[in-house]
Amino acid sequence: MRDATAHTATDDRGYLTEKGFWSWAATLDHKRIGVMYFYTTFLFFLVGGLLALVVRLELMTPGPSLISDHAYDVLFTMHGNMMIFLFIIPAIPSALGNFFIPMMVGARDVAFPRLNLAGYWIFVAGVIVVMASLVQPMDTGWTFYTPYSAKTGAAVTTISFGIFLVGMSSIVTGLNFIVTIHRLRAPGLTWFRLPLFIWAMYATSIIQVLATPVVGVTFLLLAAERLLGVGFFDPAKGGDPLLFQHFFWFYSHPVVYVMILPAMGIITEIIPVFSRKPIFGYKAIAFSSLAIAFIGFLVWGHHMFVSGMSNTASVIFSFLTFFVAVPTGIKVFNWIATLYKGAIFLASPMIYALTFIFLFIIGGLTGPFLGALATNVPLHDTYFLVAHFHYTIMGGTVMGYFAGLYYWFPKMTGRMVNEKVAKIAWAFIFVGFNITFFTMFILGLMGMPRRYAEYLPQQQGLNILATVGSWILAVGVLIMVVNFIRDLFHGVQAPSNPWYSQTLEWQTTSPPATENFEEIPVVTKWPYSYGKREKDER
Amino acid sequence: MEFFRTPGEAYSHIAGEIDSVFIFITLVGLFFFVITQGCLIYFAIKYRRDKLDPNAETPYITDNKLLETIWIVIPSILILAIFTYGFLVFRDFRNSPAGAEEINVTASQWLYKFKYPDGRTQVNEVHVPVNKPVKFIMTATDVIHGFYLPDFRVKQDILPGAYTTLWVQPKLTGSFIILCTQYCGVGHSTMRAQMIVMKQEEYDAWARHEGAEAAGAVSHADKGHEIMEQSGCLSCHTVDGTPKIGPTFKGLYNRKTSLSDGSMVVADEDYIKESIFDPGARIVKGFQPIMPTYKGTLKDEDITAIIAYIKMLK
Repeated sequence: MRDATAHTATDDRGYLTEKGFWSWAATLDHKRIGVMYFYTTFLFFLVGGLLALVVRLELMTPGPSLISDHAYDVLFTMHGNMMIFLFIIPAIPSALGNFFIPMMVGARDVAFPRLNLAGYWIFVAGVIVVMASLVQPMDTGWTFYTPYSAKTGAAVTTISFGIFLVGMSSIVTGLNFIVTIHRLRAPGLTWFRLPLFIWAMYATSIIQVLATPVVGVTFLLLAAERLLGVGFFDPAKGGDPLLFQHFFWFYSHPVVYVMILPAMGIITEIIPVFSRKPIFGYKAIAFSSLAIAFIGFLVWGHHMFVSGMSNTASVIFSFLTFFVAVPTGIKVFNWIATLYKGAIFLASPMIYALTFIFLFIIGGLTGPFLGALATNVPLHDTYFLVAHFHYTIMGGTVMGYFAGLYYWFPKMTGRMVNEKVAKIAWAFIFVGFNITFFTMFILGLMGMPRRYAEYLPQQQGLNILATVGSWILAVGVLIMVVNFIRDLFHGVQAPSNPWYSQTLEWQTTSPPATENFEEIPVVTKWPYSYGKREKDER
Repeated sequence: MEFFRTPGEAYSHIAGEIDSVFIFITLVGLFFFVITQGCLIYFAIKYRRDKLDPNAETPYITDNKLLETIWIVIPSILILAIFTYGFLVFRDFRNSPAGAEEINVTASQWLYKFKYPDGRTQVNEVHVPVNKPVKFIMTATDVIHGFYLPDFRVKQDILPGAYTTLWVQPKLTGSFIILCTQYCGVGHSTMRAQMIVMKQEEYDAWARHEGAEAAGAVSHADKGHEIMEQSGCLSCHTVDGTPKIGPTFKGLYNRKTSLSDGSMVVADEDYIKESIFDPGARIVKGFQPIMPTYKGTLKDEDITAIIAYIKMLK
């Protein structure tokens, strides 16, 4: 296995060798499809980020200054829609998952390559429809609450259809992964020898397949209400606006685990490699992913404690909500225990992995304030919730995603990342993130509601601070992106296994050949035999 | 918390209770924060190497049953404690005390209308006496709105087509902001009102003065009575306690009633409204489902008036 690291990649660019539009657009190679997903989704990370910068800029003053209140509503709505539906949900599963699930299970491709390609183009079609809605841009917030969304003049039906298509892409991707993990594992790769990223992606895929149809149906009902005047959610016609919220959160709560579980999977791969220690508590981590996916289906009502839902339902949902904390805690404790007595090397993937844990702990520990009934009431729909969400999803998922990008960049591109610049970018991102979002916890405690174009003058100081933080954060992301682009063309050639990792995707060339492996590997042990055991086995 | 806001205890008993829950969760959170972040940072520094060493002889530790058990059991106990504490305080402030003064709130894009039992109305301003429980009975005319009293730590969404309630018992006089917390369109962030808390004497004087001005206006309950007579309600329902074709209105409000399907219902605002708009939905035991619907005939504000009248028939 060590020999593989000795010979560096040659002029053969592996799966990247073939050039031309159709070689990409019509490819059945899971790696190329993953790369196409990466570029498409990352574009929306950048656009969504720019919208957030304008939102923050407007909030420098308590009254309207830069843009009108309506423009502000459109901006935060599109920030949410793009970040959630076009970036965070598809980013890790569709980009990194597509690229690495087949490689990590020792397969040549996913189970249904054509379906995979269809999934990508359905996603693009969805993106185009979402963009078409900008003719009359959405102003409802990313939650689409009725009756407002049924009454507004914005192109709600169009954007719902776009998200419906994006959801279809999500379903077929999840389905493909489930079948791939069940059917295409290399000989000897038993369930408990699987890398934990695969367990996390398996749990994620189950949620995608089971929950996404619900939001699809919800959007159809909303379209029927808008176009045909059927009053599912209209009290004047015997409907119930809370029914929409139940439908919406029945999908949108489980989907936060579609966002976070893959990132947790990435962290679980990176920590052992850069600590040179076996992962601590393999089975606990594997089963906690499934537990989170399962419990995640039972807690949607915690978004509705002040909505007018019955008190009894609130109590039950609050009770169930706290049980998500247990498997989540198990993961955090196991990651930290893995570090104990390790030989820790702080390369950029590891720095981002540790940043994930650091920020996710803050995001996690602010969850009980919102899950507990008494404190939920004053904090719900304030900036406290905005801060909590961004600590878990941006501090968690996005940092995990960045960790994965730095970790797998050499494999995907055949080039190494400039470490020095990567660390400078990290410093900006870390400082900027905390200034921006920690401030929002305090704003929330002061009682500043979310989705406010105008706010009370006494809250201006902290709002300016958060805005300045967003600039630092943006500089960091810009440095990171420029660094990635430069290394893509001018980076040092990567060896096939620069991190001495034991998972299968590293046991082949960088970048991998189209068929991934010359011969399908035979697996004899789990991929975490680091440290003493690794030396003995060599 | 005093650095950036006054403790809730100063505003109302409930706000103080909610702050106590907040402090309790903060302490539990700090406990986990110190342990996890402390270990994370300490390990990352102590075991740091300056290169990725494939020959590192780290111990081969894969599991520890005792540790796994500890970090399942202790967090489970603490989160159950948080849930229970949060639940107990929630129960206290969701159930309004008897004898609370009731004020009707109608939220529309983008203002709040307040209506007192005697017919006084106010827009974006509501006067209440200090140290008395006040219950807001709220409904919306268009989309969902919010009703948030940040100082008093309470909030409730306001729904079209249904009633939600929120009560508060202010401890100090002054003017306190009410904010909309459910996105409702372009005026969302400027949909604000003031709750003005006055000493009892001042409030009484204010109410007399306003009441005199509103003397021309018909009180809510009187209007309800009038609507009922015009709509023919009183030909089937009595107001003196004797059942006729339908149940009597006397003592109806908040009465626990058996239904024909064997279940029980409390005749609150929502039930009364449902019984007018969809009479067949839940029939009181012993009566026939023969009442016609008044959907389309009566408006939401008529229902509010009818409920005010029924409430008077104790």
